[in-house]
Amino acid sequence: MPGETRSIAELVAAARGSERRATARLLTLVERGGPPADEVAERAWSALGGRASSGATSDGGDGNGHRAHVIGLTGPPGAGKSTLVAAWTTRLVERGYRPAVLAVDPSSPLTGGAILGDRVRMAEATAAGVFIRSMATRGHAGGLALAVPGMVRVLDLAGFDPVIVETVGVGQVEVDVASTADTVLVVVTPGMGDAVQANKAGLLEVADVFAVNKSDRPDAADARRDLELMLDLSDLTGHGRAGTGTDTRPSIISTVATTGVGVDDLADATDAHLTAQVAAGALAGRREDRWRAEVRSHLDRLLLDASRSAIAGSLPASGAPGAVARSLSEGVADRLLGHRIPGDRTAGEPAGHEGGAAEGDR
Amino acid sequence: MVGKNTDRARGGTSEASSPDDRYRTLSGILVDRVYGDGPLPGEFPYTRGVHADMYRSRLWTMRMFAGFGTATDTNARFRELLAAGGTGLSTAFDMPTLMGRDSDHDWALGEVGRAGVAVDTVEDMVDLYAGIDLGTVSTSMTINGPASILLAMYVVVAEEGGVIRGDLSGTLQNDILKEYQAQKEYVFPPRPSVRLVTDVMAFTAAEMPRWNPVSISGYHIREAGSTAAQELAFTLANGFAYVEAAVAAGMDVDDFAPRLSFFFNSHNDFFEEVGKFRAARRLWARWMRDRYGANDERSLKLRFHTQTAGVSLTAHQPEVNIARVAIQALAGVLGGTQSLHTDSYDEALALPSEDAVRVALRTQQVIAHETGVVNTADPLGGSAYVEWMTDEMERRAEEVFAHLEGLGDGSLLEGVYAGIDSGWFVGEIADAAYRYEREVNAGERIVVGVNAFTEGDDPERRRLLRIGQDTEDLQRKRLATVRQDRDDAAVAATLARVATDAAQPTVNLMPALVDAVRARATVGEVVDTLEAEFGTYVERAVV
Amino acid sequence: MNETPLRVVLAKLGLDGHDRGLKVVARMLRDGGMEVVYLGLRQTTDTIIDAVEQEDADVVGISMLNAGHLTLGPRMVEALADAGLDVPVVIGGIVPDEDRPAMAAAGVAGVLGPGASADEVVACVRAAADTRS
Repeated sequence: MPGETRSIAELVAAARGSERRATARLLTLVERGGPPADEVAERAWSALGGRASSGATSDGGDGNGHRAHVIGLTGPPGAGKSTLVAAWTTRLVERGYRPAVLAVDPSSPLTGGAILGDRVRMAEATAAGVFIRSMATRGHAGGLALAVPGMVRVLDLAGFDPVIVETVGVGQVEVDVASTADTVLVVVTPGMGDAVQANKAGLLEVADVFAVNKSDRPDAADARRDLELMLDLSDLTGHGRAGTGTDTRPSIISTVATTGVGVDDLADATDAHLTAQVAAGALAGRREDRWRAEVRSHLDRLLLDASRSAIAGSLPASGAPGAVARSLSEGVADRLLGHRIPGDRTAGEPAGHEGGAAEGDR
Repeated sequence: MVGKNTDRARGGTSEASSPDDRYRTLSGILVDRVYGDGPLPGEFPYTRGVHADMYRSRLWTMRMFAGFGTATDTNARFRELLAAGGTGLSTAFDMPTLMGRDSDHDWALGEVGRAGVAVDTVEDMVDLYAGIDLGTVSTSMTINGPASILLAMYVVVAEEGGVIRGDLSGTLQNDILKEYQAQKEYVFPPRPSVRLVTDVMAFTAAEMPRWNPVSISGYHIREAGSTAAQELAFTLANGFAYVEAAVAAGMDVDDFAPRLSFFFNSHNDFFEEVGKFRAARRLWARWMRDRYGANDERSLKLRFHTQTAGVSLTAHQPEVNIARVAIQALAGVLGGTQSLHTDSYDEALALPSEDAVRVALRTQQVIAHETGVVNTADPLGGSAYVEWMTDEMERRAEEVFAHLEGLGDGSLLEGVYAGIDSGWFVGEIADAAYRYEREVNAGERIVVGVNAFTEGDDPERRRLLRIGQDTEDLQRKRLATVRQDRDDAAVAATLARVATDAAQPTVNLMPALVDAVRARATVGEVVDTLEAEFGTYVERAVV
Repeated sequence: MNETPLRVVLAKLGLDGHDRGLKVVARMLRDGGMEVVYLGLRQTTDTIIDAVEQEDADVVGISMLNAGHLTLGPRMVEALADAGLDVPVVIGGIVPDEDRPAMAAAGVAGVLGPGASADEVVACVRAAADTRS
């Protein structure tokens, strides 16, 4: 992080004062992972009134380090998600909100690079003052599951509300990342069997609100009907909204992102969903689920890093893969016995956070 | 006002007893006007050319594109070109003009007069064509988004100079569809922009019979990175889209189609280019007759301008570009072009210098007067390879037409709109461009002087044309003076009428535009007025 | 080793609509392992600065074909400095060799001419990024 001379504590303080640059720097630290990310996470956690155990607090935080309305948005490629987000967040600004968007795009599996194009479609939103951060998946699924909640918390800390996480709804990880939110918005379009595809991808089960975008197309009514039908079926078979906090049937909003049609309805619907959850006392449970998932992600990473460093260099030249793995895992267990898992920012961390004044003050 | 006739150029032999006796090889062998049988040049479907005699009856127009600095600067270049034997004018406008912004607009900073001439008001147009007889010289204007406004200005300049609009001849590029696909110089969304195009078509059909209202351009599609086949397919699809739009606006196809013209790129792959030009003629003739019911033979004949491929020019060893341009120009001629611009060898480095422009024009003159390729029509016709390539280009274009028809439920116009809206064109072109760059990078394609044969480059020897910041300051002063001297009430009244007419899709906007620019409304003021009614286009597509 | 990918904001400054070069460069950088925040056409120094700040970019790449580089290049560098952003600027497009010293003097970190190979593009952006650490 060349050019940055402030400590993490100073950056956190600046971000709480809504400084965009400090917020952006913190997002970078969390995204890169490692010890600085842990420090940011912990400072953000306490700044947001997070406590050791869950339960709502009086300062607007919920004890789990959440304050803002977190909205996950996903849908098939080409559904017009970015354009819709732009129109919708612009409207939110007009209504007095301070929205931020975390737009996640896939990295190239071959080179690790990525072209992040969401900002192109969000020019009106950036002009209106919406904070937009583009993010690449950077290859490993675990990394994304770890980084996104941390980055959401930084945006929350900086006073953005709602915080919107946009992912392409292909691949389990992307769907999971978007669906660990207070409200999940799924965008589909008419005419391409989107509803059916969304169903297959598991998007139907996670949706709280549907937007049928490009609904000026002639076949929009069909898409809506397909969606209703599939929701009927899932209600009958009992797969509906179980375990996600609310059992109400998702609302379906028709939108045309390019002209702004339905964007007001969309803003109403996501607000209404939040209000309903609060009224039903369901929000805390949903956020607790999210907290648990986050703990699990951290644990997965720690265990993985620890076991990898434990077996480093001991891979035999040959052998049946399954048998080799079993014997290595026994070795891991041996080595880790009586050993603390190095979650103490000193060992087993990936590189990539070398240098930088930000961690110099620790 | 067309090409210099071969008779005069050939001096000594022009008085020979038999007219055909003039067409001899260097060794004195007599050459026939055409070889082969089966549809000959001048016969449907015109694969071999639109005229029976091709360049024997008339050479192509050597039309050199020029424009830089203020109108006065460009006017001087125009006069030089005409004196040097150029036979038509072609005007390049600067970026603010192309985007419909005045020279004093914030966005214009650093771009006024740089890549073309700055035109803000009719006064600039007066200076641009000073001392040139608009009643006899044909003029081409390369402008699209604000094309209707610039045409209105041209009409006013001519009429204030005593030339009636009906006597004006020339070409307006006015091809907005390819802007959304490739060049990206648009202001309004596609549908109202196409309405402006059809308004110009109706206006010129009624009042300017010698004017070509649209030059349907593949050039920029190719420069943006498409393949030859894509250039052919997208361009013709756009042409069909304009035909459908004009018919939908109530025009008869034979009233406007004879005045449609095309503009293609000529790149390095010689036979592919020739095949592309030949296929273009055949496709257009067949579709216009069979699909759009054109009866007038002139509606079926695809006439085109060619420019050599700017994108093929290299900054390394720029003199090598002279060879590239010569070969590309030859492909255009053997493909049967009606007019030709040859690029200057220093264009990959900066705006072309005067010397380089002269070499480019001389290249055309060598092809016309020394090589003998003009002696017989379509000399490549009948070559197994050329005929196969022509068929292959045609087949690939038909595939694209079918795809677009699918997108548009049977309408090519709607298909083109849909392809723009979804980013299909942009994606296809970007993929092709990247594929090419990767091949060059990997050394699978040789670019002489760049990834092979690289020794001998000397960056020190060239004098480059520079446009200074003073041009911008000067142009802003000129604009301020015009604003000062005009009748503001008249400007406001005429702009109000532009707004009223814009709100009514069935009203032709041209008369209101002519009145507004005559009152000295600026290009930017007219565009702002239209933008308030039509909206602004923002591209959604990514890489 | 997991080297963190460089984040590069790519944009066209001004009115010129020729984006072939910018698009090709975007793909070259992606294939060079970088993360490209693509802004596309008709950006202003303000919109670019917004993006650089929010995206915490390491390098800004500006493409221009219209001979405006002597005006617009230094203007971008200045605007970033005025905003307090220490982010190097790479200019791509038709820049005559004789202008390179002036561009360098104005603080432009790198210039990429027509025909630059993928390796040159990636190396130039990396070198620019290295200038500020």
